[in-house]
Amino acid sequence: MGKRLVWAVLAGAAADLAGLGLIAAAAWLITRAAQQPPLAALSVAIVATRAFATGKGVFRYVERLTGHDVALRAQAGTREDLYGALIPPQRPRHGGADLLSRMVDDTEAVQDLLVRCLLPAAAAAVAGLAAVVVGLTILPLAALVLVAGLALAGLALPAGTAAAARRWAARIAPARAELAGRVADLVHGSADLAAYGADEAALRRAEAADEALAALERRQARVHAAALAGGTLLQGLTVAAVVLLAQGAQVGSVGTAVLALTALVSFEPVLPLAAAGERMAGITAALRRLREVRAAAPAVAEPAAPAPRPESPLTVEVEDLVVRHSPAPAGRETRPALDGVSLRLTPGRRVAIVGPSGAGKSTLLAALMRLVEPESGRVTVNGADVRDLAGDDVRTLMTGLTQDPYIFRTTLRDNLRLAGPDAGDERLRRAVDDARLGDWVERTGWDAELGEDGRTVSGGQLQRLALARALLYDPPVLLLDEPAEALDEETADRLMADLLDVTRDRTTLLVTHRLKGLESVDEVVVLEEGRVTQRGRHDELVAVPGYYRDLWESEVLTRR
Amino acid sequence: MHKDLLRLMRAERAVRLHLAVTLVAAVLAGLLVLVQAELLAGVLSGRFTAAALGALAAVVGVRALLAWAQGIFAGRTATGVKSALRHRLLARLRELGPGGLAAHRSGELVTLTGRGLDGLDAYLTGYLPSIAVAAVVPIAVLVRLFAADLASAVIVLVTLPLIPIFGALVGMTTKAVTERQYLALSRLGGHFLDVVRGLPTLRAFGRARYQAGVIREVAEAHRSATMRTLRVAFLSSLVLELCASLSLALVAVPIGLRLLGGSLDLTTALLVLLLAPEAYLPLRAMGTRFHASMEGVAAADAAFAVLDTEGDARREGAGRAAPPSAGPPEIRLENVTVRYPGREAAALEDVTLTIRPGERVALVGESGGGKSTLLHLLLGFVQPATGRVLVDGADLRELDPAAWRARLAFVAQRPHLFATSVADNIRLGAPGASDEDVRRAAEAAHADFVAALPQGFATVVGERGANLSAGQRQRVALARAFCRPEASVLLLDEPTARLDGRSEAAVVAGTAELARGRTAVIVAHRPAMIDLADRIIRLHAGRVVADTGAPVEPGGRQGERVAAGHGESGGEA
Repeated sequence: MGKRLVWAVLAGAAADLAGLGLIAAAAWLITRAAQQPPLAALSVAIVATRAFATGKGVFRYVERLTGHDVALRAQAGTREDLYGALIPPQRPRHGGADLLSRMVDDTEAVQDLLVRCLLPAAAAAVAGLAAVVVGLTILPLAALVLVAGLALAGLALPAGTAAAARRWAARIAPARAELAGRVADLVHGSADLAAYGADEAALRRAEAADEALAALERRQARVHAAALAGGTLLQGLTVAAVVLLAQGAQVGSVGTAVLALTALVSFEPVLPLAAAGERMAGITAALRRLREVRAAAPAVAEPAAPAPRPESPLTVEVEDLVVRHSPAPAGRETRPALDGVSLRLTPGRRVAIVGPSGAGKSTLLAALMRLVEPESGRVTVNGADVRDLAGDDVRTLMTGLTQDPYIFRTTLRDNLRLAGPDAGDERLRRAVDDARLGDWVERTGWDAELGEDGRTVSGGQLQRLALARALLYDPPVLLLDEPAEALDEETADRLMADLLDVTRDRTTLLVTHRLKGLESVDEVVVLEEGRVTQRGRHDELVAVPGYYRDLWESEVLTRR
Repeated sequence: MHKDLLRLMRAERAVRLHLAVTLVAAVLAGLLVLVQAELLAGVLSGRFTAAALGALAAVVGVRALLAWAQGIFAGRTATGVKSALRHRLLARLRELGPGGLAAHRSGELVTLTGRGLDGLDAYLTGYLPSIAVAAVVPIAVLVRLFAADLASAVIVLVTLPLIPIFGALVGMTTKAVTERQYLALSRLGGHFLDVVRGLPTLRAFGRARYQAGVIREVAEAHRSATMRTLRVAFLSSLVLELCASLSLALVAVPIGLRLLGGSLDLTTALLVLLLAPEAYLPLRAMGTRFHASMEGVAAADAAFAVLDTEGDARREGAGRAAPPSAGPPEIRLENVTVRYPGREAAALEDVTLTIRPGERVALVGESGGGKSTLLHLLLGFVQPATGRVLVDGADLRELDPAAWRARLAFVAQRPHLFATSVADNIRLGAPGASDEDVRRAAEAAHADFVAALPQGFATVVGERGANLSAGQRQRVALARAFCRPEASVLLLDEPTARLDGRSEAAVVAGTAELARGRTAVIVAHRPAMIDLADRIIRLHAGRVVADTGAPVEPGGRQGERVAAGHGESGGEA
């Protein structure tokens, strides 16, 4: 990697040097020829001119190839690092899916940094240095002026554009977000706007957002314009000053011409650096965000020497568990998500967790899967604290249908097989049938591409696909988070009935807010505001007043 | 050049002016390089005195000024074009309406109208000026070279066309390769994003670490494939670079030899040396800018594709009549068939039914059966392909859509909340509603959670209602409907989908009140909602397959069914 980078820099510098050499040799050749020396005096310059001309093209080609190779390797490395940093369970971040796609975009910044900023800057520095050396041999005072000009164009100007770009980015980003929000209103809220005759007002708001953004962008263009003008001015005035000095110092026509043309051409690799400076603002921000991701501590600590993985049959015990999603957003309530929950899951037992949204049901599953660190209390498997087990081992024992299951951009078969890489067709089909997905799979085809580019998957199908994965994986303790969510009434009823059938005699923890069929589970635990408020069998719970009976009654009322 | 984009620029006066200034500044700055070369050659050869350096500095100053003007006006051109295009797109989005938008991928539309158009910057500020410069400056340089030295001019004249010719040749041979590579690149980016998004799922099944290896393999395969194509693709720049630099050597060496023989003077020689590269530079710059502007061209294509689509949106001239009466109307569908473009099966097929004033109709049936389409038909979002919809005997197409919709209260399946206060979200359809009206509407919709929000009704909800739960969003949308007390027709699309039992009970109670004294058409899945209705219509594959209310008196049936329903629930409990 490091060696390749050096090669790329060298090739780029060689290309720029060849360009410089070409013009210097040509200038020397012509002005010296005008003095009509013997032809032999010119032969070196003639050869040099041709060599530099060829070299310039060839070196440039090598630079671009090695530069892109280095950049692609660097980007791959960055992505690998980022992915590696994301593998351990993370604390939830604000921004969700948008944040992830920005993170992925950010990894491209590394490529930009190398190809558009660092490599050209290094090559420009070498070329500038060479020009200064040429100047020193002819007239040190002129070389000094050249250094000043090059430094202003190659350091001060890019630093200025970078600072300005950073300032403008901070002002433009909110305007951009506002525009995106108003456009989204017009598209996603189209039905509401049209039905309530509010589309005209929404259109005006979007147009106003566009105008605000355009006004900012117009003013931002001044940065670019000023950089262009400054570069032109610095190049021209430096050349004029160099010529003036050379003529004043009686350097002679050959020296003056070589000095002037070297100075003129040495700016060529330097001037684009101002634009690179503008780009730098975005790149440094992206790199900073990536560093923050990598530096973030994982949500749970892995033990230094993990205890051996317990063998089935498993008894899972949750003892007085307190989990707090820290840190709470400023000024908000800091009630723990789970506030002293205890639970015992013996082999073959099925427990259902019921409660309003936000009661901590999913947090309990996350704690079991070792995705969040408890504040106090503990979870043990056959007596072993899960904190002493490797996180991956814990998730081998206890997993299933989690919140927000994801469909990958690959075939239906591969989407299933990630939960059972060695599973044969027969097992795949059984899992699919148990999840009531058989008909859809037959219609869609095992090799149909799913995910973003492929066939769209409805909420209900997605849920059943995730369930099929969980059944295929067949963990010793099956966790199911709202398996019937997003399904229509009839399908949900049938699915729950089948599910309760399939999981008979399997250690299962089921989170649900549908009570139908729960008469068959061994225990129902009602969670409210992070605490267990009721527990017992279905018929015991409907007999006493409380959340469960209220929910049961309203469910019965809504059923025919 | 992009035809549609040029037409757009010609239509906008300010853009036209700014573009003209940009191009003139770019071309003038390019021509001033000739003057600069002339002065420099004169000073270096000793023909001009050092005083000419003052003139040189002045030329440089003017060039800087022109560069500044070019930068400013190019920026204005770009924002002007983007704004013009964006305004047209926004108007188009409004015009398409919910019916027309359904044919597009909504996320893509939002991106295109927002960030997508920024791709045009490179095209407008870089490529367009470079075309103008490339069209003028090389010719001017050639003319000057011919006047100065015929032999050199001929060399430049012969080699100059090699640049576009080689550029096009190499471009053509590598086009397919680079396109394939671009596709692979976006697929790689997509693969990585896909894996990162799915990490929680991979983690749950112990596949997260395995995927790290896959990511490495995919990236490595992509890199080696990319490098293979780049080795060829960069040949084009190698050829161009060689053309330009070898031509310079080709010019410089004979000049030196002729100077030696005394057949050429130094001023001319230096002028030729300074000018020759300037003939090639604009062409190469144009080539580079062209590649950088491809993204913008793609954005423009996508934008004009949206602008040119044939939406069956509002037709001019039609639909100006006011709806006949004020009270709950009778709505009659006569043999209505609705088709969506690009779909084979009709969404509604030959549906005939009459909804009497004040009737409460539940639309049931599995998803995709045509229930939402029926609501959208009544809202005027979609038009019947055949058949017609009559409101108190008047064809819906003849009615002014705004006036008709003013009589409706609608709750969408996934109501959209706007990033403004809860109160303003509720008064969406009644901008004049007082705070008291809003409060009453919220109360009626059982949106009692609003009082508990940090700033009550003044609480600003996040984009798309991000800081409210699904049930809360649903109830705000229901309050919207309540905030239109004059509405005589209620259209609800699954108002209790995705709600838990308690929220559902609240929404059902609110809906029951709202439906009183109005015609109500409710798409319903859940029995509680269905029980509100006095008539149930079952739709399947776009057809009415069952209708409890068609021939019988509503009152009697309702009594019967409610009794039956209670009997069954008693048994279960």
